[in-house]
Amino acid sequence: MAIPQNWRLQNQRYRLTGEVCNTCGAKLFPPRDVCPECAKPAYEPFQFAGKGEVYSFTVLSEALAGYEAYEPYPVALVKLQEGPLVTAQLTDVDPQDVHIGMPVEMVTRKLTEEGEDGLIVYGYKFRPVLKPAVNG
Amino acid sequence: MKPIRDVGIIGYGAYVPRYRLPASEIVRVWKGGDGDTPITEKAVPGPDEDAATIAIEAARNALSRAGIPPARIGAVWVGSESHPYAVKPTSTIVAEAIGATPETQAGDWEFACKAGTEAMQAAFGFVASGMAAYALIVGADTAQGRPGDELEYTASAGGAAYIIGLADESLARLEGSYSYVTDTPDFFRRPGQEYPTHGSRFTGDPAYFRHVLAAARGLMEQLGTKPSDYRMAVFHQPNVKFPERAAKTLGFTDEQIRTGLLADVIGNTYAGSSLLGLTAMLDVAQPGDRLLLVSFGSGAGSDAMSFVVTDKIAERRDRAPFTQDYIRRRKVIDYGLYVRYRGKLKMH
Amino acid sequence: MRDVSIIGIGQTEVGEHWGKSLRHLAGDAVLAAMRDAGVERADALYVGNMLSGELNGQEHLGALIADFVGLRGIEAVKVEAACGSGAAAVRMGYLAVASGLLDVVIVVGVEKMTDQKGPVTTASLAMAADAEYEVVNGVSFVSLNALLMQRYMHEYGVRHEDFAGFPINAHKNAATNPYAMFRKPISLETFKRARMVAAPINLMDSSPVADGAAAVVLAPSDVARKFQPLSVRIIGSANATDALAVHDRRDPLFLSAAALSAQKAYRQAGIGPNDVDFFELHDAFSITAALSLEAAGFAERGRGVYLAKDGEITLGGRIPICTFGGLKARGHPVGATGVYQVVEAVLQLRHQAGPNQVKNARIGMTQNIGGSGATVITHILAAEG
Repeated sequence: MAIPQNWRLQNQRYRLTGEVCNTCGAKLFPPRDVCPECAKPAYEPFQFAGKGEVYSFTVLSEALAGYEAYEPYPVALVKLQEGPLVTAQLTDVDPQDVHIGMPVEMVTRKLTEEGEDGLIVYGYKFRPVLKPAVNG
Repeated sequence: MKPIRDVGIIGYGAYVPRYRLPASEIVRVWKGGDGDTPITEKAVPGPDEDAATIAIEAARNALSRAGIPPARIGAVWVGSESHPYAVKPTSTIVAEAIGATPETQAGDWEFACKAGTEAMQAAFGFVASGMAAYALIVGADTAQGRPGDELEYTASAGGAAYIIGLADESLARLEGSYSYVTDTPDFFRRPGQEYPTHGSRFTGDPAYFRHVLAAARGLMEQLGTKPSDYRMAVFHQPNVKFPERAAKTLGFTDEQIRTGLLADVIGNTYAGSSLLGLTAMLDVAQPGDRLLLVSFGSGAGSDAMSFVVTDKIAERRDRAPFTQDYIRRRKVIDYGLYVRYRGKLKMH
Repeated sequence: MRDVSIIGIGQTEVGEHWGKSLRHLAGDAVLAAMRDAGVERADALYVGNMLSGELNGQEHLGALIADFVGLRGIEAVKVEAACGSGAAAVRMGYLAVASGLLDVVIVVGVEKMTDQKGPVTTASLAMAADAEYEVVNGVSFVSLNALLMQRYMHEYGVRHEDFAGFPINAHKNAATNPYAMFRKPISLETFKRARMVAAPINLMDSSPVADGAAAVVLAPSDVARKFQPLSVRIIGSANATDALAVHDRRDPLFLSAAALSAQKAYRQAGIGPNDVDFFELHDAFSITAALSLEAAGFAERGRGVYLAKDGEITLGGRIPICTFGGLKARGHPVGATGVYQVVEAVLQLRHQAGPNQVKNARIGMTQNIGGSGATVITHILAAEG
């Protein structure tokens, strides 16, 4: 992905900023300009808490080019507590320990590096909840 | 040194990666299985971690404890010797990730293992002067030692972050700080070099001990405090032996340094080292406790700081994971996986 | 609106064509279809292709292929809808003839995938997914389908080996298809032992990367007999879409675009699932086959997989699928696949399917899926007279 393309996605990538529909209140991630629930405009930024659970997962034994460093790595659909599903890598977990329903939390990690002299791309991944009792 | 207005720490956060390399693995690979080790094991960053990601998580923990809107942070300063880019600030990545941009100061600091505490000292001045309501400082590293070198046992990864504000909001109030700096080339890395060069035994008396002891004594003399006034103390911990000897020389007991002495189980987290010792102490400190921090950075210098814990500690401490939560979360890896995770395999 | 018929078909063998470039593959299929139709000219050429730019460094396929097959001067354009490009191009041809604006239209689907090494091809195929919110997270195309399969197994209490019937059926049918890539039956043991690609999807759940081209010639039904005594009528044609990314779907386990596209096609044809004699579905992965059967109305939700177990999808079963091997065993040259499906349906309806013939086949349905389910094109074909 080109540098400007990565740069303009920073808010979503680094901290899971989405949108909330002004009309029906649906929380949206990724951000989009028209609410898929009620087809009204949705432009209001919304900060997701980054907590959720694994809706489904897989383990890639054949990495995508640029992701070889992590192979084999788990990828999940994470159901955020505010509603949306997010596609993301799981990190700090052994693939055999992942299960559907596992509580996870968002962390910001390296997604890929565009070669040794290129951009380092950071973004959200999810990991098993470190300390369930922590508030906030 | 003491700012005109009283300032202190209003939030703090730790981060230690999940992976551990036992020192016995290095002995196995490089010494044929026989030999003393300076520590038990060290923290190793995962393949998707670097100083920026470590700084981000530590900063988020500090922000949770501080309970302030990130937009009110007026400076984001990250100290590290392993900034992911040679040119391009780590601090802007951290500032963006926590939502402190764009109306903020940002900068990267470098002074070997004391890059974080020098940023902290500057933040005290920045806030006390009124130039910022709050300042975020981070010490974070993913340090590398040459394979087989004695440094490889301890060079590790981790970080800690602090949000500095005025004293009345603080969970730990700054009593004063003192710095001691000389030009002492005990350890350095030239541009383009993968691994640092160190002076072996030269890193001891003329470097670590001279600066650490002078800074600690200078601070206590200035404040009129003595070792027994401190509930706990942390001295930069490149290993276990150095801080133990420094403490003993100054008249601190093992009991006083036990809480902050983490090197045996996580290694030397460089810019994170003394700052992680302080997060561990704050995790258990009681209001009224006096805490001493003395950093050391090769090249060389020490910053010493004295804090008094306030009653705000109780309500804020539980808002983020404790230092020991991260230390307990551990997955042991072998030398092969360590070499892969640290990018030491030639792939191209 | 005019009725449209298929008056000619052509296909190349699916496989690794080291000696043939994209234009040669497309040319072989187009010329075979023109011979079959007995036409020497056409009004337009629509090229279904997904990855020529990425894999072959070549775009602008309309003009390239039209010129290559001796049709320089005609209207020609590439149509792209990821793995649904082939059927999307067929539908463009259908719309052009049905509208009355054009009379004879050639549609070719072509993909030349073996010019690049595996990781490049994998990264290119992932372009069918959301680059900014799926692929950047290290997600390959197969892993998106693995997410669906894992959830399906969890939600419906299905075991992995329950899916074995899909590839076993596909390979059995491909064994007697001279154009198929894998002409060899497989056993349950082969399925269970196959190498894992993205758990729970293993190699036998997955269709192969391949080269290939297939073509059809379309003409108004009222003149079709003039060209071809065995013409086949398109009685339903529909394209429907869903969110591009799996995470944006209302219910990831229901291919709503496949359901919508099938319903529109059924309505146009005036039939229902019970009237369909065979179904060339998009078995890119065995989970896709199960979800397609459910979306198109052949099984209740969570029950699609059992059609494979109970033998209902075999040539003699209730709803035969992948009658020439499907994507799994005929091979999946992505942008060509949708046209292969139509060519195979025509062979069935002309009763030229040989050992693969579905008895008394009168109505066949083809369904081509782009991406993980975002674009779905359904065609319903009927034997003439």
